[in-house]
Amino acid sequence: MTADLVVVGAGVVGAACAYFASLAGLRVVVVERGALAGGTSSAGEGNLLVSDKEEGPELDLALYSQRIWREDLGPHAGLWEFESKGGLVVAASDEGLASLRELSVHQRRCGVEVRDVARDELRDHEPHLSPGLAGGAFYPQDAQVQPMLVVAHLLRLAREAGARVRTRTEVTGFLRDGDRVTGVRTTGGDIPAGAVLNAAGTWAGGVADLARVHVPVLPRRGFILVTEPLPARTIRHKVYAAEYVGDVASSDAALQTSPVVEGTGAGTILIGSSRERVGFDRTVSAKAVGTLAAKAIALFPMLREVRAMRTYLGFRPYCPDHLPVIGPDPRAPGLWHACGHEGAGIGLSAGTGRLIAQALAGDEPDLDLTPFAPDRFPVAEEALR
Amino acid sequence: MPDTYDVAVVGAGPAGLAAAVESAAAGLGVVLIDAAGQPGGQYWRHYDENHARPDDRRGHHGLRTFTRLRERLDVLIGAGRIRYLPGHQVWLITRGEGGEFTLRLTPTTSPATDGTDGLSRAETARALILCPGGYDRQLPVPGWDLPGVMAAGGAQALLKGHRTLAGRRAVVAGTGPFLLPVATGLARAGAGVAAVVEANGTLGWLRDPVGTMSVPGKGVEALQYAALMARHRVPYRRGTVIREILGEGRVEAVRIARVDRADGRLAGPEEEIAADLVALGWGFTPSLELPLMLGAQTRRDVDGSLVVVVDDLQRSTVGGVYVAGEATGVGGAALAVAEGRLSAVALAVALRRAPESSREAVTAVIRRLRGEIRRGRRFAAAMHRAYPVPVAWTRWLTGSTLVCRCEEVSYGDLVRACRDLGAQDARTLKMLARPGMGWCQGRVCGFATAEIAACLNRRETTAEDLRPLSTRSLAVPVTLGELAALADDAPGG
Ligand SMILES: Cc1cc2nc3c(=O)[nH]c(=O)nc-3n(C[C@H](O)[C@H](O)[C@H](O)COP(=O)(O)OP(=O)(O)OC[C@H]3O[C@@H](n4cnc5c(N)ncnc54)[C@H](O)[C@@H]3O)c2cc1C
Ligand SMILES: Cc1cc2nc3c(=O)[nH]c(=O)nc-3n(C[C@H](O)[C@H](O)[C@H](O)COP(=O)(O)OP(=O)(O)OC[C@H]3O[C@@H](n4cnc5c(N)ncnc54)[C@H](O)[C@@H]3O)c2cc1C
Repeated sequence: MTADLVVVGAGVVGAACAYFASLAGLRVVVVERGALAGGTSSAGEGNLLVSDKEEGPELDLALYSQRIWREDLGPHAGLWEFESKGGLVVAASDEGLASLRELSVHQRRCGVEVRDVARDELRDHEPHLSPGLAGGAFYPQDAQVQPMLVVAHLLRLAREAGARVRTRTEVTGFLRDGDRVTGVRTTGGDIPAGAVLNAAGTWAGGVADLARVHVPVLPRRGFILVTEPLPARTIRHKVYAAEYVGDVASSDAALQTSPVVEGTGAGTILIGSSRERVGFDRTVSAKAVGTLAAKAIALFPMLREVRAMRTYLGFRPYCPDHLPVIGPDPRAPGLWHACGHEGAGIGLSAGTGRLIAQALAGDEPDLDLTPFAPDRFPVAEEALR
Repeated sequence: MPDTYDVAVVGAGPAGLAAAVESAAAGLGVVLIDAAGQPGGQYWRHYDENHARPDDRRGHHGLRTFTRLRERLDVLIGAGRIRYLPGHQVWLITRGEGGEFTLRLTPTTSPATDGTDGLSRAETARALILCPGGYDRQLPVPGWDLPGVMAAGGAQALLKGHRTLAGRRAVVAGTGPFLLPVATGLARAGAGVAAVVEANGTLGWLRDPVGTMSVPGKGVEALQYAALMARHRVPYRRGTVIREILGEGRVEAVRIARVDRADGRLAGPEEEIAADLVALGWGFTPSLELPLMLGAQTRRDVDGSLVVVVDDLQRSTVGGVYVAGEATGVGGAALAVAEGRLSAVALAVALRRAPESSREAVTAVIRRLRGEIRRGRRFAAAMHRAYPVPVAWTRWLTGSTLVCRCEEVSYGDLVRACRDLGAQDARTLKMLARPGMGWCQGRVCGFATAEIAACLNRRETTAEDLRPLSTRSLAVPVTLGELAALADDAPGG
């Protein structure tokens, strides 16, 4: 078996890259050590958010991805339950509202649609919101998908375009010709390839190590609560507190919880998510789960009597500067990366896949990939690993 | 009672009762927590004690063992040596820095009737003996979502606990000897039992020399049931399954067919039997949420159930966590009692509470219990082999048969997720098609979903298929208000 491109990892990022590369005519083999979407892509939520991003390269990628989701992938939107429901960010205090307004000024300049929502208009958007809030902002572009269906259908479409998907096959090393990467070694045999894409998510640092290059991706744990089903449209949008934006961008290792509350097609309410750096610890944290519940109740008092059916957790793949790693690795020609999307990998996958396919085909990518360069990390930061 | 107990026993069925009584007798500080309002578990799930009738006793084998355990329990509770918390479900267990276990409890009854404040509470203990038992295993069949269809144990519970007659013309179907007490119970309560539909052969374990020899009492029990069946003229249909449950708005009849034991093929002629109650039971599914929550290793047992791996002292692979009863393998009440006892004795020895003077006696007790457990296991294995879930049972399903009733996921949905989307295992199937994602969190459809995932991928079911559908991060749903309380009292995380 040979390939133009081997994609390591069948998460949402690997699936999107495989899909766009296959459409571009490359012969693609996806190699996944577990099951499809068995990593972080089945352990988070499916928000496609622009509202939580400050001005900068990540917001550019988010806006670009918005376009890909709606245009390139638009015809398939129904397959993965794409829903453009909009996000409502609420502030509890006047100071919080002031910084929210300031953020939105910058966001508008970058092309984000934002509507200011006054204190007394909040309950028109969300009837069950707590009465004491100061005001908010509505982001009509915020949308959601069902991430596992995204992965499964993108891979199905990629297969229809000629790609092959090998699950339960682990990449254990690289084929080299000098510095050049010329394929992968796997538990199912060697696969020579023109290019190899590291889309191993939170484990991408380990895959990079196999090629003797450093990519500092680390796990940032998050819990999510799932409630019993409630009547449709009890909670209509994604609703979250303004502090969330600060938490997302923070590098603090300690527990941060700012709930995003949203309804799903199945009627359950998802309450996500905490952020803390505790390695790959899978034990349930009473504190994280409790704090999430408490803060969700603060937003929606009616949730106090609603029952949670379960919690789950995942490990966001994050880099020290909170930007993903996207593009060719000059230290090992033939090796590419698409990883480290932290808490936004579902949303950013569409744009990432499209850009990677353009670059692989030798075209000028629609977005400048320099901010996402794999060798951008200062050596000192790498030593922190 | 101290703030931290030596041991928390979860479940007051045969295993848990024995474990609690034996632990306390050895001098350990014990808290016994059980979801039910009265001790006994599913075996001795009895009538309201305050309104007992003489004939209630007839439904309870091993009642003498139970009565003795009950008496000892009462004495130990009275002496302040067991703290007994009925009507409380453990929904979360976490572990502190010092290795102690914190159990979060939620009341199962309304605060008005149980005298507590109706709020969550926490208990801590140095060790755990988990005896959560199990419940009826279900297999989907066309029409099983009609009102009037229930789990065999559910019908039994109604009879035993509430003396409610669930229907007037019943069909009891599935496999295994536990169909017999359900059928005779219904008959004695005055229901017409139109048939017992048994997928496998006759009372198979009677002919299994190893099995019967190892637990002599069982043979006698089976003969008693056979006699009762005859007295009530209950037809016993062997090698037969229900292939469809019929009715408009509720059960009106079942359609049965013969099944080939070797290849699972259905053979005619089909036959319709009128019924207004269908009780289904395909063996038992152990409740594993608590052991799995703690990270205990599990394996697939002879009957296809996921069970906890324990050593010959009932220790799970997690330090300080003992498991006894159905959760270590379905095997009946006597075995559960022996395992409960052994776990308590072993724990007392581990905590050095077994008196030095009687070390020899303790060793002898352990040896005796181990022997009993070995024989019980052998009998159980023989029984599981005599009453397997028929091979290729998934062939009876049609595209529109619901597999997950909570989320209304049909067999056709599962086929599409496997064929078109590439689901190769139960976890992926659950992610893509949502079986087990609803209110019961896979308790009812978990076994079936695991088998379907394996079958559609043309391989044997594995423990990996069963695990994701047996794991529950919250052992029972609790309100967000109860969860929120964790934020304050959780030590560190
Ligand atoms: C609690 C939580 C909430 C979140 N909410 C959102 C949200 O609302 N919106 C959003 O956009 N994002 C969200 N995210 C983030 C998002 O889930 C991730 O960014 C995204 O799933 C990453 O996708 P991936 O494809 O890079 O990684 P993964 O999905 O983890 O895929 C990587 C794959 O690589 C495989 N792999 C690893 N090593 C090897 C090897 N050696 N050989 C072969 N295969 C290998 C793994 O098995 C894995 O399947 C959330 C994350 C969490 C934890
Ligand atoms: C209809 C029927 C007939 C049977 N007939 C026979 C027979 O004739 N002979 C025989 O040997 N066996 C028979 N059995 C099987 C027998 O009932 C079981 O083998 C036995 O009850 C197992 O004992 P256990 O202690 O393991 O579990 P159980 O009896 O199931 O007790 C477990 C207890 O734990 C509680 N619990 C579970 N989880 C939690 C939690 N999270 N928090 C608090 N409490 C919890 C449950 O509510 C329950 O009270 C029959 C079973 C049924 C249903």
